[in-house]
Amino acid sequence: MAQGLLRFITAGSVDDGKSTLIGRLLYDSKTIFEDQLESIEQASTQRGTDGADLSLLTDGLRAEREQGITIDVAYRYFATPQRKFIIADAPGHIQYTRNMVTGASTADLAIILVDARAGLLEQTHRHSFITHLLGIKHMVVCVNKMDLVDWSQERYDEIVDAFRSFSSRLDIPDIKFIPISALQGDNVVDRSEHMAWYDGPTLLHHLEHVHVAADRNLQDCRFPVQYVIRPQTDADRDFRGYAGRVAGGVFKVGDKVVALPSGLSSTVTSIAVGDKQVEKAFPPQSVVMTLANDIDLSRGDMLVRENNQPDSMQDLDARICWLSEQPMRPGTRFELRHTSREAKAVVKEVVYKLDINTLHRIEDDIEIVMNDIARIRIRTASPLLVDDYRRNRTTGSFILVDPGTRLTVAAGVIYS
Amino acid sequence: MSDYNLSHLDELEAEGIYVLREVAAQFERPAILFSGGKDSICVTHLARKAFAPARIPMPLVHIDTGHNFPETMQFRDDLVKELGVQLIVGSVQDLIDRGEVTEESGFNASRNRIQTPTLINTIEQHQFDACCGGARRDEEKARAKERFFSHRDDFSQWDPKNQRPELWDLYNGQHQPGEHFRVFPLNNWTELDIWNYILRENIAIPSLYFAHEREVVRRNGQILAYSEYLNLRPDEKPETLQVRFRTLGDLTITGAVESDADTLEKIIGEVAAARKTERGGRMDDKRSQSAMEDRKKEGYF
Ligand SMILES: Nc1nc2c(ncn2[C@@H]2O[C@H](COP(=O)(O)OP(=O)(O)O)[C@@H](O)[C@H]2O)c(=O)[nH]1
Ligand SMILES: [Mg+2]
Repeated sequence: MAQGLLRFITAGSVDDGKSTLIGRLLYDSKTIFEDQLESIEQASTQRGTDGADLSLLTDGLRAEREQGITIDVAYRYFATPQRKFIIADAPGHIQYTRNMVTGASTADLAIILVDARAGLLEQTHRHSFITHLLGIKHMVVCVNKMDLVDWSQERYDEIVDAFRSFSSRLDIPDIKFIPISALQGDNVVDRSEHMAWYDGPTLLHHLEHVHVAADRNLQDCRFPVQYVIRPQTDADRDFRGYAGRVAGGVFKVGDKVVALPSGLSSTVTSIAVGDKQVEKAFPPQSVVMTLANDIDLSRGDMLVRENNQPDSMQDLDARICWLSEQPMRPGTRFELRHTSREAKAVVKEVVYKLDINTLHRIEDDIEIVMNDIARIRIRTASPLLVDDYRRNRTTGSFILVDPGTRLTVAAGVIYS
Repeated sequence: MSDYNLSHLDELEAEGIYVLREVAAQFERPAILFSGGKDSICVTHLARKAFAPARIPMPLVHIDTGHNFPETMQFRDDLVKELGVQLIVGSVQDLIDRGEVTEESGFNASRNRIQTPTLINTIEQHQFDACCGGARRDEEKARAKERFFSHRDDFSQWDPKNQRPELWDLYNGQHQPGEHFRVFPLNNWTELDIWNYILRENIAIPSLYFAHEREVVRRNGQILAYSEYLNLRPDEKPETLQVRFRTLGDLTITGAVESDADTLEKIIGEVAAARKTERGGRMDDKRSQSAMEDRKKEGYF
């Protein structure tokens, strides 16, 4: 498989056709199993739908089937000879935005669906903005239900222009537009016979060939220590290994490294995946490293290179998406989780909230409610080792946890 | 391809190892739910790699329905010995004997449903705060909605309509006393990934997964293993077929498929060409459209 794994999300407003599109991708790429098809045909008949309702393939919860909506992200898997895919089917309703954020946070690419009749809606804007906020570098805007607008190129162009003028203020380097009918399959896996005026690739062809490996940071060496391995067995009594997932750069055996926050130096003496020794480690590998000398190093600390270090910061300038029903005001205290580290934190200031349709800043209303996107300043009880999110999605992101309910209440990205 | 691309199996492995280490770091009393099936064997294999050269820092927990394939039990005991980890058995039979659960009766009787109270009982008794399982999102439509760290309230219930957000790989294992998490390191793996990984890593699995001759009973288009625990209908008669199992669960509900795949390579060939999901052979899922969701809400695996 030439291209490895692609993780993508389908987003957009309610009823724009996200679940149907995924059903279509699975169906036309022959990934649906007989018993799954039987099961959705049976359910479709019960509900009086003509033919098999492909959205039932992802809307798997009882409440979703009853209401015909998507509540939580469903993950689906399929492979072609070119590539292996993990799809997150996101809900369109505003009240379930936090589930969309969940699905988008691990995606390399976002498909934004637009109903050709309705055009751009508030949720189209919100999901596009969240895509940008989460640093997803690849977007495909699928103008769907082209069958309902007579396959009109004029209507398609109108929507493309409207989207371009909105997205010019977002930082998404790669945006592609494709006119489709998810229901009938046009330009999803097979080329449409109705839209001769479109000469770009089909959706699947594009997904198979889009290049995302370059999005990983191989420059800045970052190894957050996740767990210290000390066997305490007779054979390995002196072994002390640092387990973690490489968050950036390439570590090699023999490299000089610096442990943060202590600032002590050492040398990498071995790198292992399980019991297999390897020469180097890079993102997103999970490895165990040993060092030449015993230094103070534990969960929450980070190994880096002398001449390339993250910022050590206690005052963070962050964009957050608020995920809790409980509103938030400046002064509220949280536990902040960043890489493998936790710190107490307090929100010092709400700089502005964003009007999602116009992208205008709202500066005179500082109460943050569910699904708000805001820029805030946070102070932490101890310094964090951070990079700008645009450079590193792991060392640039954090979550806020409510110390009372223990719930995750915000997703945050750091701009430094 | 550059030197710095991981194959998709390597990427899934790295993710699973990361999740297991996060469990060991964040929880006080974690455990691995071990059924003896290929998925929990893979979780255990990932745990071995995650903590090498140390031992796996959590016990294996087996919820024993009493209706086991003898091969699975032997396999379990050998593995536990090899790994040097603790084995904790939660026995369905014990709960029946104590009158805490009632067994189903009739031809389709199974102990599947009463595994749940046994599991919950075991979790409470040992105060586990995280239980790692081998469930995968691609198995079933309710499982397709699972988080990696999936919250359970103090009645072990799952609330699928109100799951916690889960951002990036920043897993939040905080919880109130009495609550716990189910953790799914293999969430993103497909059945084919599991088999390819077993082949690549040369992982031992019970012989039941390979084609063998067995006395079976055909029922509702399924092939069930014939055993003393299966109640035969008057018109049913055991016959001998060449079969293998795609999943291993309670002996009375796990369907076999006719197959002559007696090597991993042949199994992979069959799985890749299969037109039915692996759970298509399980009576427990066939009871209704939301059979799995309903069981999961109550605390099932
Ligand atoms: N005519 C037409 N209907 C579509 C198309 N795509 C989706 N639909 C219908 O639009 C409705 C909403 O689709 P669904 O996939 O559930 O939307 P979601 O809310 O975005 O997941 C369903 O009734 C679909 O059958 C399309 O390309 N053409
Ligand atoms: Mg949907």
